[in-house]
Parts: sequence; structure tokens; C-alpha cells
Amino acid sequence: MKALVIGEVVQGKLAETFGELLGFAASLGAEPVGLILGDTAERPGFEGLLYIGTGAEYAPAAHKAAVLDVIEQEKPDLVVLMHSAYGWDLAPRIAAATGGRQLSEVISVQDGVFRQSCCNGKLQRRVKPAAGLTVVTLQSGAFPSAASAGTPVEKTVEQSSDGALKLTGYIQKPAAKVDLSKAEKIVSAGRGVGKPENIAMIQDLATALGAELGSSRPVVDAGWLGGAHQVGSTGSTVSPKLYIACGISGAVQHLAGMKKSELIIAVNKDKDAPISEVAQYMVVADLLEFVPALTEALK
Amino acid sequence: MKILVCIKQVADMESRFVVSEGASWFEETDLAFRINEYDEFAIEAAVQLKASLGEAEVTVLSAGPQRASDALKKALAMGADKAVLLLDPEAPKKDSWQVANLIADWAKPQGFDLVLTGMQSQDRGSGQVSLFLGELIGANSVSCAVALEASPGSIKVERELEGGLRAQVELSTPALVSCQLGLNQPRYPTLPNIMKAKKKPFETIEVTAALDPAQEVLWMGAPEKAGAAELIEGDLASQVERVVSILKDKKLVG
Repeated sequence: MKALVIGEVVQGKLAETFGELLGFAASLGAEPVGLILGDTAERPGFEGLLYIGTGAEYAPAAHKAAVLDVIEQEKPDLVVLMHSAYGWDLAPRIAAATGGRQLSEVISVQDGVFRQSCCNGKLQRRVKPAAGLTVVTLQSGAFPSAASAGTPVEKTVEQSSDGALKLTGYIQKPAAKVDLSKAEKIVSAGRGVGKPENIAMIQDLATALGAELGSSRPVVDAGWLGGAHQVGSTGSTVSPKLYIACGISGAVQHLAGMKKSELIIAVNKDKDAPISEVAQYMVVADLLEFVPALTEALK
Repeated sequence: MKILVCIKQVADMESRFVVSEGASWFEETDLAFRINEYDEFAIEAAVQLKASLGEAEVTVLSAGPQRASDALKKALAMGADKAVLLLDPEAPKKDSWQVANLIADWAKPQGFDLVLTGMQSQDRGSGQVSLFLGELIGANSVSCAVALEASPGSIKVERELEGGLRAQVELSTPALVSCQLGLNQPRYPTLPNIMKAKKKPFETIEVTAALDPAQEVLWMGAPEKAGAAELIEGDLASQVERVVSILKDKKLVG
């Protein structure tokens, strides 16, 4: 079996997740063929063939054409990308050109059957693609990263320009006042807090514990807290000693950002909320009653 | 500018999902359904563009069973001009490639300048239909939009990447943009607009997928609860006492 693993370049840097793509291929016993599009001098370490294209980092039509070119030459069984903003965008374009067989955000694979999460993590499904080339995107952290070893043999792939679409620049959201990635304790507010006025009681608990205030994405999207507080794959990735999740159901993007915390305590009315998969303790309660009571007890 | 917004009606994610043995989809009876959250941002973006551009017509489309008409009616009440239901009772069980082809078959000859969608559904969560559709109708497409500006012939988008980074992208029409949460603040329909929506054009077209499935769901069910949380239940005082003692044991409080 052969797996074409496609790395990603952001701001001239090769994403570290290339090792996870290799780890996935190794778990299947598949021969990896690498492909990196976008201008970078960085190279992954592995034994095998590595196709290199130099051009814009985000140029979907050009990247699709280059991938199809390599597919034509290598005839892989699988095309593998991370379920990142890059893989999210490129994978369906490749699948659309090769028969529509794509499995998104795969968490495991066994005997050609792929496991995926659905309904906000409350359900999972096992899916078998129809015969033919299959495009797969991997959930971040689902497959152990292969150790960097060896030097690939490089080949160049033509990368045209993308006439109809242009990457004009990058912006970083304003520098954060809080740096959650270094916090020892975090108390986070989720949609379950109900309304912006209730953020204060989460802050009170954080203060009583000497913790920083975090949040899930919906709270930031609603404007209840600034983006610097957001924990998750599109916010901060954190690993504090204590993480208390208040009213957070546990979308995969949030779990990806906090599951490495040492002790996770969730407070939720729904004991089946997906956060219970990563939490050691689940307080089944109305947080509007529990949080102030805990704060009081800690004073 | 002709704008198409593609939406899906999904079960409320707070639901308790039940999957029958051997079934490939959850039981729908007794569940509440609503517009897929991501798609609400797409509807709002279209309605805002119409207001800023002046000359624009917003069509909202859903491929789904009869119940999806409620989602379309809400989109009309939010400000879309007309609705199209591609009626297929089996649509929720169809894979992304089949659904994208159903929509493309209808949408391609219509000549839309801009197609807006959510970036994924909350139920299946594959994030494929949108970009498949862009490829099938030959539109320039971009995903994960957290900011959007449109002028005749040209679209500017900020794409959300990881760690708070955004890529700024410009593309020409016809274009397709998939919307990330937080793109705007979706409005609630007002009562007068709900009444007005009842008079807006609503077309139902029965469709059947001509394509074979690209994938087969062999099993659906609850995730294995390996390492599942210990539940702390009971009365409030005992719950507080238990959490305080855990924090003390771990030396997280004095």
C-alpha cells in the first residue's frame, strides 16, 4: 500500500504535524511518499520519495493540480492530510477530482475501516470508502508522530500560479494580555453560562483559585470574552495542572486544545456531554448554582 | 449580484442521540431540529451583503427531507428572498459527494455570482459538501471565512488558520465561500419578518441521487467511554465538598 502524505507550509515553515502523517502511514504499514507545496527550506526526516513544489502557500487550484500530477505518477492508495485549515481546504478538491471518496477527521483505522466522530462528539461512525483512491484527513493528535529519521530523495513537481485567487498576506489576532499556554490553572466558561453577565461568577471562581480565565469558542464568538481567552485548536493550546470547564460541552476543537491538562474537572448539566471523555471528574449540576457555591467554599 | 446560500437542518446537538443496532443514522423521532449553526453565519453574511450592495438577490437552498422546510422558512425570515427545497427524504443518510452533486445539478445552470455555505455540518462534520460544490459548479472557492467583503466581481476573505493566525485572500467571481463561526452575529427573525417570509417564493423540487455512494457507514454509536469521567452527583453541598477535597488532595488549593 502507498500513502501520499501532504505536508503544509505556513509563513515559510513546514508544520510539525508532518510526523503525524508519517505515523499514520506507518500504522498501516504503507509506503509513504511525501509532498510539500509552498516555499520553504525545511525538510522532514524520513526514508522515501519527497516531491517539492515552490510557489504560493495557499493557492488551492495550483496545489490541487500539483497533487493530481503526483497522484498520476505515484498511483497511491491513500492521500493523507491533517484536518487543519490547510487539509480542510485542499482535501475535498482532490477528492472531487478523484471520485468523491473522502474521510474527514479520522481518529483511527482498522482493516480499511475508518472511525470518525460526529454530532459534536456524542456519536462515532465507522466508515468504509468505495473502492479506489481515498482522501483522508487526520484529527490532530490522533496518530502518534513518527520519529524523524533519514533523508528523503527529492523530486520537483511543477507548481503553477493560481490566477483567480491570491493570498495577499497574514494577520495575527492582537497579542493577548493573558497567555493561557503558560497558566498553571485555568477556569473556562462555555456556552452553558447562558448570558454575558454570568461570566463574572466564572471569573470569581478563577480569582479564588488563582487561575486564569479561559473560554470555549462560542463565548468568544458571542463577544462575551476577548479572543485571548479562547482555548482550542483555533485559540490557545493549554496544559495546566488544573482545568475546570464550566458549561462546556466539549467540541473536538476545544478538546484538542485542553485535553493535555493534568486534572480536568467539568461542570455540566448533561452528564453525557463529550467533555466527560477527557475529564477525570464530571460535576453533574447547574453551574449557576455550583460555581458560586464552590467559590464561597474556597474563600 | 445573485447569491446562493446552502443550508442544512440538523438535530439540536444537546439532544440525547439513540442509534438502533445496525443502523447507520440516529433515530429522528422526538428530536428538535434547527439550522446548522455554521449556516446561520452564511445566511447573515448574504443578508448583510444584499443590504450593502443594494442590487442583490439571495436564494436559500437546502437538500433534505420535508422537515428542512422549517429551516428554509427561518432563513427567509432572516432576510433571504426565496427558498428552494431539494426534497429527498433520504438526504440525511447520503454522503457528502452525493449531496454536493444533487445541489450542483440544480445550481450550476442558475449562474450564481456568489455561493455561501457553513464550513461544516454539526451532525456529520465532514466539511466536504461546500468545497465539493465549488469544484462541481466551477466557482473559485475558499473555506473557513471569518471576515468577508464583496464587491461586483471580487471577494475578499480572511481565512482562519491555527493559533489565531488569519490568511487574507482575494478571489474573483463566481466564487464560493464557506463560513466559520464568528463571521458575524446572526440575527433573530422579527415577528413582522416572519409574517413577510410566508409570502416569499418557496419552491420544492423532488430529487433522487443518481450517484452511487462514495462511502458506506458500517456502524454508528456512542464512543467507547475509556477513561470516562467519574460522576459527581448528589446535592449541592456534597458536590462542593467533594471537589474541594479533590483540589486539596492534588495540592491545588491551600
